[in-house]
Amino acid sequence: MEVSRHWRLRQQRYSLVGEECPHCQVKIFPPRDVCPDCGQEARTAYAFSGRGEVYSFITVHTPPAGYEEAAPYTVALVRLAEGPMVTAQLTDLGDQPVEIGMPVEMVTRRLRSDGERGMLVYGYKFRPLLAA
Amino acid sequence: MRNVGVLGYGMVPVGEHWGQSALELAGAAVQAARIDAGVERIDLLVVANMLAACGSHGQLNLGAQIADWSGLRGIEAFKAESACASGGSAFRCAWLAVASGQVDLALVVGVEKMTETLVPEVTLGLASAADADYEIPHGPSFVALNALIMQRYMHEYGWKHEDFAPFSIVAHENASRNPYARLQDRISPEAYRKARMICDPINLLDASPIGDGAAALVLAPLDRYPPRSGRAPLRVAGCASSTDSLAIHDRRQPLRLQAAEESSARAYAMAGIGPKDVDFFELHDAFSIMSALSLEASGFAAPGQGPRLALDGELQADGRLPIATHGGLKARGHPVGATGVYQIVEVVRQLWGEAGRNQLRRAHTGMAQNIGGSGATIVTTLLQTQN
Repeated sequence: MEVSRHWRLRQQRYSLVGEECPHCQVKIFPPRDVCPDCGQEARTAYAFSGRGEVYSFITVHTPPAGYEEAAPYTVALVRLAEGPMVTAQLTDLGDQPVEIGMPVEMVTRRLRSDGERGMLVYGYKFRPLLAA
Repeated sequence: MRNVGVLGYGMVPVGEHWGQSALELAGAAVQAARIDAGVERIDLLVVANMLAACGSHGQLNLGAQIADWSGLRGIEAFKAESACASGGSAFRCAWLAVASGQVDLALVVGVEKMTETLVPEVTLGLASAADADYEIPHGPSFVALNALIMQRYMHEYGWKHEDFAPFSIVAHENASRNPYARLQDRISPEAYRKARMICDPINLLDASPIGDGAAALVLAPLDRYPPRSGRAPLRVAGCASSTDSLAIHDRRQPLRLQAAEESSARAYAMAGIGPKDVDFFELHDAFSIMSALSLEASGFAAPGQGPRLALDGELQADGRLPIATHGGLKARGHPVGATGVYQIVEVVRQLWGEAGRNQLRRAHTGMAQNIGGSGATIVTTLLQTQN
């Protein structure tokens, strides 16, 4: 069930809250408390805009256990506008073909469900950018 | 530090061993290695395994369990785990122990039993090599993570899918002459082109098959335990391990295997050699894209140019740098935690002239590189015959 894991990650999952390094100003996501660039402590919270572009993408047809109901789905590496990269599903694609470099924005969607009596796990996905 | 040599090896064929447990497979490899090495005594057993602890019937403490099963109850024994690089990591532990002088006879055994559970469970187990907080919840399989790298690689460097075909064709060609290989059939360029797409751009013939298997090696100080007659003394000339982020998204250069660059550079420095001195390379071809990245990171090709070596025929058995001389992960098979030990066993067989119909004409310096996760742990090992 991993209840505490999902609770612990709620700010990241729902609001893309990462960190900003107070020493070199680099933006950090996922948060890791130590700046990957300068190695100094970095605990200043920073909320990302949710805008980014597709760095790479693929479609999963043979999912790991627990993800069968959503298959097939598209997983991407998204380069956030502020610099870091995240792994996330793309959603609301309609008939639109996905391309490397496509601008996307973060939305909140269901990541998985654990059967009728299990938890519903929500988190970030990315959709094609609506506003120009 | 003492010079460490390989004294003997043993393994079981990679396959679907429905009738045998992990314990039985490991035991068979351990006994074969002890007989081959001609030693009764073992001071240290290091087990390499990735998945035995996963799932609802997981087994931990494999070191003690396999020692006991193998008639070695009482000795020091433990498991080394670094996902698919567990074999390389376990070998390095054993090598360090013997080199330090604390241990004389060390046995490393890699074992994996992948037909015990159903495919979605295995897929989830393999995915657990990735970041459990920030990769796995978004549903990528392990194949998908490699496909993300390959997609971007093709985009940046302009390679077409068919440019990766020679990696798989060479591996299958070599496996056709290896009775221990999981897939012993040759494949044609047409078969590669038409293979079922499993996660675009990775098709079935880009991907290595999982399997059950176990392989073992005995290590000992070179000056005190010469190998049996007919075998050249065989020295571990270099062995280094480096790490990168678990998640691809945390890497500075997602198309570079930083841990391979670092571990191969350190292994070369230990051995006092460079890439041009390597006669053959057992690389970690879990997916064809990993072959390209591994060649680039280890100094055999410029970034983005790995497929060129394959297309030019350099990687075939009669080429400048033969790879996957027993079939590689692609066709010998990939029993994940055991793979790194199979790789080193295959280097040893070449160096001792025991590779059968896959024997290379020139085999004095062999290299094995074992990759854990999508590049998070990479162990590079160099072995050399001493004349």
